[in-house]
Amino acid sequence: MPDTPSVTSQPNAIEMRGIVKRFPGVIANNGIQLSVARGEIHGLLGENGAGKSTLMNILFGLYHPDEGEILVNGQRVQFHNARDAVLAGLAMVHQHFMLIPRFTVTENVILGSEGAGVVLDRKEAGKRVADIGAQYGLNVDPDAIVGTLPVGMQQRVEILRALYQGGKTLILDEPTALLTPQEVEELYAVLDRLRAGGSTIIFITHKLREIAAATDRVTVIHRGKTVGTRDTAQTTAAELAELMVGRKVSLQVDRPPAHPGEPVLVARDLRVTGAQGKAALDGVDFALRRGEILGICGVEGNGQAELIEVLAGLRHPDAGAVLFKGNDVTTQGPNARREMGLSYIPEDRHGRGLVLPFSLTENLLLGNADVSPFSSGGRIDYPGTRELTDRLMREFDVRAPTPETPAGSLSGGNQQKLIIARELHREPDALLAIQPTRGLDVGAIEFVHKQLVAERDKGRGVLLLSFDLDEILDLSDRILVLCGGRIVGDFANGEVSRTELGLLMGGRTLDELAGAAD
Amino acid sequence: MSSQAPPTDAGAATAWQRLLAGLPTLLSSLLAVAIALAAGGVVIALSGDNPIPAYQALFEGAFGGQRAIAETLVMAAPLILGGLAFAVAARAGLFNIGIEGQMVMGGLAAGLTAAVDVGLPAFVHLPLALIVGTIAGGIWGFIPGILKAKTGAHEVITTIMLNYLAYRIITVVIGREDLPLVNPALQATQPALEAAELPRLLEGTRLHAGIMIAILAAVVIWYMLYRTVFGYKLRTVGLSAGAAAYAGFSWGRTIAVAMLISGLLAGLGGTVDTLGLQGRFYNVAIGLGFTSIAVGLVGRNQPFGVVLSGLLFGALAAGATKMQNTAGISRDIVYVLLGFVIFSVSALAAVQQFRSARRQAARARSMTRDRAADDAGEPLVEPPAPPRTI
Repeated sequence: MPDTPSVTSQPNAIEMRGIVKRFPGVIANNGIQLSVARGEIHGLLGENGAGKSTLMNILFGLYHPDEGEILVNGQRVQFHNARDAVLAGLAMVHQHFMLIPRFTVTENVILGSEGAGVVLDRKEAGKRVADIGAQYGLNVDPDAIVGTLPVGMQQRVEILRALYQGGKTLILDEPTALLTPQEVEELYAVLDRLRAGGSTIIFITHKLREIAAATDRVTVIHRGKTVGTRDTAQTTAAELAELMVGRKVSLQVDRPPAHPGEPVLVARDLRVTGAQGKAALDGVDFALRRGEILGICGVEGNGQAELIEVLAGLRHPDAGAVLFKGNDVTTQGPNARREMGLSYIPEDRHGRGLVLPFSLTENLLLGNADVSPFSSGGRIDYPGTRELTDRLMREFDVRAPTPETPAGSLSGGNQQKLIIARELHREPDALLAIQPTRGLDVGAIEFVHKQLVAERDKGRGVLLLSFDLDEILDLSDRILVLCGGRIVGDFANGEVSRTELGLLMGGRTLDELAGAAD
Repeated sequence: MSSQAPPTDAGAATAWQRLLAGLPTLLSSLLAVAIALAAGGVVIALSGDNPIPAYQALFEGAFGGQRAIAETLVMAAPLILGGLAFAVAARAGLFNIGIEGQMVMGGLAAGLTAAVDVGLPAFVHLPLALIVGTIAGGIWGFIPGILKAKTGAHEVITTIMLNYLAYRIITVVIGREDLPLVNPALQATQPALEAAELPRLLEGTRLHAGIMIAILAAVVIWYMLYRTVFGYKLRTVGLSAGAAAYAGFSWGRTIAVAMLISGLLAGLGGTVDTLGLQGRFYNVAIGLGFTSIAVGLVGRNQPFGVVLSGLLFGALAAGATKMQNTAGISRDIVYVLLGFVIFSVSALAAVQQFRSARRQAARARSMTRDRAADDAGEPLVEPPAPPRTI
């Protein structure tokens, strides 16, 4: 099954053969083959839960495989813990950085390899960190406090640490998850330089675009099995998607032209003071019309959280107004707005959208418990709700054994489908969809996107807020850019480029853009 | 505490499903009791006594005949009510450590009311005393509830303070020479009039109607928690403040009312003990309110679980007397036993919770085409999202 890598004199940097890992009740890895040639960027592609993390934890010595063997540079190895893996030249760059915010870059980098001496030679260490940084173009100030650095820089610190520890093969676990588009581009450049410097890189992702942009070869995993290895240049996104999901998927969102109607949700000069007394929203104006998807893009922390809370009724603005269907609802709470026809798919499935220990039926009651037909006279109609849950589970393809299953035991995709079922079955006039596909796999994303377009085509206003610029570009009819608590750009989709949006998100102005174009 | 909650909160399950689902819980609780008895036996043996006759006496005192069973039920009644008080607060995410104070305030108020001799008939006087006692406990529970709702003052701190305050109030009230309703020399209220006493259920025993009140309360609380809109809100608030806000519930109002209900139940517990067993309210710290916390925990904060665990604790209390009298073993050993019970029940609950969450996750995923292969490298439930502002 594994395509033999291009014949070279050198053994493969990593060779995993027939890896099987069983956990009680499940087989996480069921005969995985992975061959990573030295000096290549090798993508490891698979949906959430396909077995990528298990495989990498095995490679890194955190789990022991039940079957199979691992070769590093042609030598058979058996790692008992992560230290063994590090000594063999492997290094992991975690998705959520394992950094101590109050420490300097140098202190973080040398963490775990301080040496045996009592006195830390900070100066020498700092010099080495700077050297490595210069060598690979990872320009980070060794004396900067990590907590003050932007996310992209923090990731570089992680990479620096991997190199400092002597890592020859770097494992990057979903490295782009927290980055802005520009930071992602910079990461790709860093990876190129690392490769040029002789490093081998395993790049774990579930995003096809990243495979195409960053890797030389790619191994696709589906349900714990290797389903193929391809040269990136010789494959297509469609082929990879089919391998990854196990069926044909449409990557293109089928989005017929919109027919926008009258405004349904209007924000008028919204102002909110944020945590440190700074303006979190600094005069936000826009109108969401019926029959359109209005995408709001931006870098996290530029007022998105406050904007959504104000629109949903969870927070009252210091100034300004929210109009829903022509009524001023600024001082109304979430219940009143919901009853008027505003549905809300929250950004945080676990903390807000669901009560994880509750059954699916009980979760369907969230936000509905007060109203008919869910309850009357203070008494909840559980049998009726259960029936409705059962029906919606079929309608929205929520896969769970019964309506009594706790929501916490469902996959992210099924949890999101349950929320969507709950929010859409009310037939709202407008829908707030906040990062609706975050953490979902391709199949579930396709489903969510179809639902959003279908809602639009039923004449509902859909406000889509996402940090995934591709998602915004794929779905939106109109795009707003939120930066520093203000709307800094308002475009019809198609009249603005990815790059322009990225620059606006990063704080550049339209005038500067025009200047740059001249 | 909410961490004691079972992994499923299947309020809408059918009775049959719930029964089946509850079976392993019951078995594991029995196992926990067995472990605790074994450990207690070791302690008895270490202190130089023979555990076998000790346990025989304990069992005799709890279940050996009509009188013994009646004693078990008598001891269980206030504990069940106190356990329910703890459970209601715990379901709302609150740790009501003030059940003791709420109980004694209830007991004092009921004792005073029951001693008032204005010739009220029983069908007025008894309900009146019950209501006054219950409300007194309710007020004592509502104060920390409203404080938390309005100012965020932590209920553990405020309820502990209110426990002390309750003791002091009782000492002051019962010590008053000029108050005809109390007997300072005896440190008690005057005896309850017959018209205000809970009726005896069985001649020749101390069994009174308190146990019926306790079981009725469990049914009402179960209905409230699992069938009403308010109960749903209460449980939501207890599990996820974020989801409650999203759904538009008022967190403050919900927890304040939850504490009120908790206090009412505790007050009723103190009242039942006063009007049913003691016949008057004594100014002695009996600690029922603290044992009630254990009753709630062992009963997993579920109304019917609390009934069973209240009966268990009642049995231990009833048996302890017999053990002391016939086997000559200090009744303090029972507190050692109680400690072991709480410890082993909590430990087994944690294990069981873990395993059933695993099973359910595996089952749910095996039905999911998209995730047939469970990536067990990840936690069973998706890990909480990293701290992001949105």
